[in-house]
Amino acid sequence: MSLVESFRIAMRALFANKVRSLLTMLGVIIGVSAVILLVAIGTGVQGQVTGAVQGLGSNVLFVFPGKINTGGGGSGFAGASGRPFSLSDARYLQQRLTGVDAVVPMSQGSATAKYQSKSVQPTLMGTTDEGRLVSSATLGGGRFFNRSENDAAARVAVIGYTVKTQLFPNVANPVGLTMTISGQRFTVIGWYEKRGGGIGGDQDNQISMPIGALQRITTTDRVAIILVKVTDAAEVDFVRAQITRFLEPRFGDQVTVFSQDQTLGIFNTLLGTLTIMLAGIAGISLLVGGIGIMNIMLVSVSERTREIGIRKAVGARTYDILSQFVIEAMMLSVLGGIIGILVGAGGALALSSVVPTKITPWAVAIAFFFSAGVGMFFGVYPAWKASGLDPIEALRHE
Amino acid sequence: MTAEPSIPVRIDGGEEEAIAGPASARPVSSRAVLELRDVTKAYVLEGVVVHALCGVTLDVNEGEMLSIMGPSGSGKSTLMHIIGLLDHPTSGTVGVEGEDVVGMSANQLAAVRNKRIGFVFQSFNLLARTGALANVELPLVYAGLGAAERSRRAREALEGVDLGDRLRHTPSQLSGGQQQRVAIARALVTSPSIVLADEPTGNLDSRSGIEVMALLQRLNAAGITVVVVTHDANVARHGQRIVELRDGKVVRDALVTDRLFASDELVQLGMNTAAGADAVGAKAGGPA
Ligand SMILES: Nc1ncnc2c1ncn2[C@@H]1O[C@H](COP(=O)(O)OP(=O)(O)OP(=O)(O)O)[C@@H](O)[C@H]1O
Ligand SMILES: [Mg+2]
Repeated sequence: MSLVESFRIAMRALFANKVRSLLTMLGVIIGVSAVILLVAIGTGVQGQVTGAVQGLGSNVLFVFPGKINTGGGGSGFAGASGRPFSLSDARYLQQRLTGVDAVVPMSQGSATAKYQSKSVQPTLMGTTDEGRLVSSATLGGGRFFNRSENDAAARVAVIGYTVKTQLFPNVANPVGLTMTISGQRFTVIGWYEKRGGGIGGDQDNQISMPIGALQRITTTDRVAIILVKVTDAAEVDFVRAQITRFLEPRFGDQVTVFSQDQTLGIFNTLLGTLTIMLAGIAGISLLVGGIGIMNIMLVSVSERTREIGIRKAVGARTYDILSQFVIEAMMLSVLGGIIGILVGAGGALALSSVVPTKITPWAVAIAFFFSAGVGMFFGVYPAWKASGLDPIEALRHE
Repeated sequence: MTAEPSIPVRIDGGEEEAIAGPASARPVSSRAVLELRDVTKAYVLEGVVVHALCGVTLDVNEGEMLSIMGPSGSGKSTLMHIIGLLDHPTSGTVGVEGEDVVGMSANQLAAVRNKRIGFVFQSFNLLARTGALANVELPLVYAGLGAAERSRRAREALEGVDLGDRLRHTPSQLSGGQQQRVAIARALVTSPSIVLADEPTGNLDSRSGIEVMALLQRLNAAGITVVVVTHDANVARHGQRIVELRDGKVVRDALVTDRLFASDELVQLGMNTAAGADAVGAKAGGPA
């Protein structure tokens, strides 16, 4: 029997049982698309964070409160503890450090921003007037807040692209308009261009303001992180030593200073764990899909033991039976795999406005070959068993 | 198995010569095409051994038409499955056209089944959800024939059993008798030298039964060895020889002295029927 003939028989069998074929494929589709989508999210977030950190330039130092363990399998921020920084710590550093362009304290919060009947839930970024020196965002219009506004903790805001389009959809230039954030009146003084992506959210759904203004909203004087921009990249280690020394009397060794590489390392460890977790979840769905395929293939083949008996009775050789089932299983899993890849990739694309996603070839390959392999194995194994029976035994099968 | 012509057979078309003359005149060669020596078959069910066949020794000669009779459970189907190379004997030897088949590999057996033996099952065993034509084509698929040739020969075989107008019907869309005829067409389509039929008339009314026997007698007249299993003595009398089984043993092996010829019976049936169109046709179209 020729291969073409095997294909024809397989096609006929698949079309004769459309629902069953579809259900079998569904297992492959779900498994493959889940792996592709979730791994795409994990990889995308990782790539985006890396990009964001790298965008700050190689001469930015990150100062965190607490001792963060960078060693090997350390889980990054889980090790952070101890007294948080306050604005006075940042000011203290700024007064003493030499060879630096800027010392920028930063904090985050979230609140509802309203303008007329519209409202959004942006991330609030509290920083100083020097914050723009350590940010990769570019202004689309207006200006950043200045020293006096910062010192006065003025209620002025630079809004992200999403905030601008959602709160002020019909306003080309919202500069000068007043919105409320958490009930407090803020004046828009500038807006950012579209950046895209974001860690666990939209980078464009942000509002920058003087850190003092943010602290009034969040009612805390904590500073999450202090960024130090070193003038000359060659002096990074010198500045790091200064930071450690100056903060020693206040914090002891409960301070961590990271260079860009170290920060990236921490993020990569963290996000690598996230990716692995997502891949694990996807793997489970792939396994469930695989079990579905297995179940349907087992039923299908045992149901068709009689068919195998008939085919053998009229002269089918072991090879004929096997090739028929191999091709059938292959067509199912390949077709399901391709649909799964399309669905997964489509989902990743559709989600890319919310979460950064990146489709990785190895995830596609693993998901595809695993599903296809499961389909193959459980389609072919029972067929192989049946093909070894005497025809009459296969015919007697109920 | 590529260019052999299929056997021009018709149940009730009249264009072929009458069966009686050549069939009775044809000398049965003494060469055994099927040789069974001391064949036993035992089934073990939950520790209890059931002896379906207890030492059957039997020769079927080339060109012979043999009937196997016996009560239900006497081992007829079991014997046929062994002869048809669908099942293995527990002990004993089976020879087909001089070759010992007991030692053959599964694929060699498949080739013999495909090329030399046509098997008509007691329960048809047609592929479900598959049209008559595709069912009949099946043996040709495994014989390696091209699609066009397969379709042509399968169509011919179906026309031979008068089902030329049911090519696309699936088994569930056919009557029992029509399914039986599809099964027969499938057995004949590879032009085998041996045709084995297990209760080919079991599901049919007497007239359709006689038509099937006419078909088998016509095949036999064309030189094909035919073995028919039946529990009906009248059906058995269409053969030249009757072997009787009881409890897995051959208890009688005798030549038929008062052989029945299905074509004669059909003629008679036709004369007794008000509308004997078939028989009239058969007469009119008689020997050319
Ligand atoms: N798969 C099997 N397992 C166990 N016993 C079996 C099996 N097949 C047949 N038998 C037994 O072998 C004996 C012969 O069965 P077989 O089917 O050959 O009878 P038969 O002569 O064809 O009967 P019938 O006229 O009813 O078709 C029976 O006693 C039956 O119970
Ligand atoms: Mg039987």
